[in-house]
Amino acid sequence: MLMKKCLAIFKKQIKDTLKNKSILIQFILFPIMAVIMNNAVHIEGMPKNYFVNLFATMYIGMAPMESMSTIISEEKENNTLRVLLMANVKTYEYLLGVGFYVLLLCLIGSGVFGICGGYEGMNLVRFIGIMGIGIITSILIGAAIGVWSKNQMTATSITVPIMMIFSFMPMLAGFNDAIGKISRFLYSQQVSHLLENISKMTLGRECVVVITMNILVALVLFIFSYKRCSLA
Amino acid sequence: MKNSIEVKDIEMVFQDKKVLDHINLCIEEGEIFGLLGPSGAGKTTLIKILTGQLKQTQGVAQILGESILKFTSRIYAQMGMVLDQTGLYERLSCYDNLELFTSIYGISKNKIKESLKRVGLEEAVRQPVYKLSRGMRQRLVLARAIMHEPKILFLDEPTSALDPATSLYIHELILEEKEKGTTIFLTTHNMEEAAKLCDHIVLLNEGHIVEYGVPQEICKRYDHQRQIQILLSNGETCILKNQPESGEQIKHYFEKQQISAIHSMEPTLETVFIELTGRRLV
Repeated sequence: MLMKKCLAIFKKQIKDTLKNKSILIQFILFPIMAVIMNNAVHIEGMPKNYFVNLFATMYIGMAPMESMSTIISEEKENNTLRVLLMANVKTYEYLLGVGFYVLLLCLIGSGVFGICGGYEGMNLVRFIGIMGIGIITSILIGAAIGVWSKNQMTATSITVPIMMIFSFMPMLAGFNDAIGKISRFLYSQQVSHLLENISKMTLGRECVVVITMNILVALVLFIFSYKRCSLA
Repeated sequence: MKNSIEVKDIEMVFQDKKVLDHINLCIEEGEIFGLLGPSGAGKTTLIKILTGQLKQTQGVAQILGESILKFTSRIYAQMGMVLDQTGLYERLSCYDNLELFTSIYGISKNKIKESLKRVGLEEAVRQPVYKLSRGMRQRLVLARAIMHEPKILFLDEPTSALDPATSLYIHELILEEKEKGTTIFLTTHNMEEAAKLCDHIVLLNEGHIVEYGVPQEICKRYDHQRQIQILLSNGETCILKNQPESGEQIKHYFEKQQISAIHSMEPTLETVFIELTGRRLV
């Protein structure tokens, strides 16, 4: 029964997204840009897969967070979520349905990045796996924002600055050491490092600690906003 | 006859303001029960408490024998709701909106077209909700509420701001549901609607029950004047006491074939409400 309801939410979300350009563009914009830039721009001395890693990091920080917070806050604003809950859909069933949908679409996007970067076999699996860790963290943050916000406008105004930090800090860290010292505490920065060294696949202690701490903080944030605001 | 809904001493306080004060109700299985009151009387608060959306400050209530504080899946599956806001997915079609709920309730997809046909939306199956008129949306919400054949239907102002034709359509559907044995809990501030549809009504004002009973009996109870109005064929109207001594005069009009119509003059529910509270039902 749990799976049945999650699947119903998942299917509804797919149908809805196909008709919702603002959400749809979140999932396809960065993979398309990566494909174009990776094939069109070749500069001497540029690291291998520079654009793939750059846009993949941005993708992790933006797409899951923005889409998750928008979907939840829109449902709250339009009262569709209340109707679902009144039809005996449990909050965890709803969140799992939406979360799984965002995760799956973002993983498909990650696959596009991986193929664009020329990864094959185990390296492609590793690439998607690392992206998945970042995506799950962003989904938790997006869910926390969505639950906290009463409407889409509030959700967007909270999401935009947060996703800018997670998306742009890793890129800016390459130009400025001071930013680099701060951004190393962000999961997106650590994921970016892992993506750059995919074939070596060495998980440093700092990387594991930072990502784990980020996931825990995101989880605590989600639980806090859920306890405070709930979904109804 | 079993009770579908029982409410005992329900009280609700919002920021030191008592919005519901010691509400007691018993609603029998298969009846249409109307909760009447002006805006802000506490109708929506009570419906939200009964459907588990709000927790009362005090008191107990049971739906189909189960406490509203411990709603189980069984109870949710037996409730249908038309709430104050439609809660429809605007970008999805009528069919897709209902399909989601067939999966949630675990019922056959055949019910979708059946329900849409019942509410007269069979032509709009593939139309997205944002293209529907207000009346069509309300009918779609009703289709969603009755699709899983609930035992209790909560209708929060289902005809509010609708045109007379759509209202009539919805009234017919409500009566059809009653015929099938569904208990209907209706909130409205439309006294004509209540008088037409409801078996029992409660008049609610500022969180208090001010009157309870069968609509026609309530009107009779407050008929202090006890008068009848006779419309004569020459266009004049004649008002007589509804007493035996008026018989002679009526007989006289009858003999001269002067009577076009005779009307009783008991008050309407609105007049009763005004008499009881000094407020109008709007």
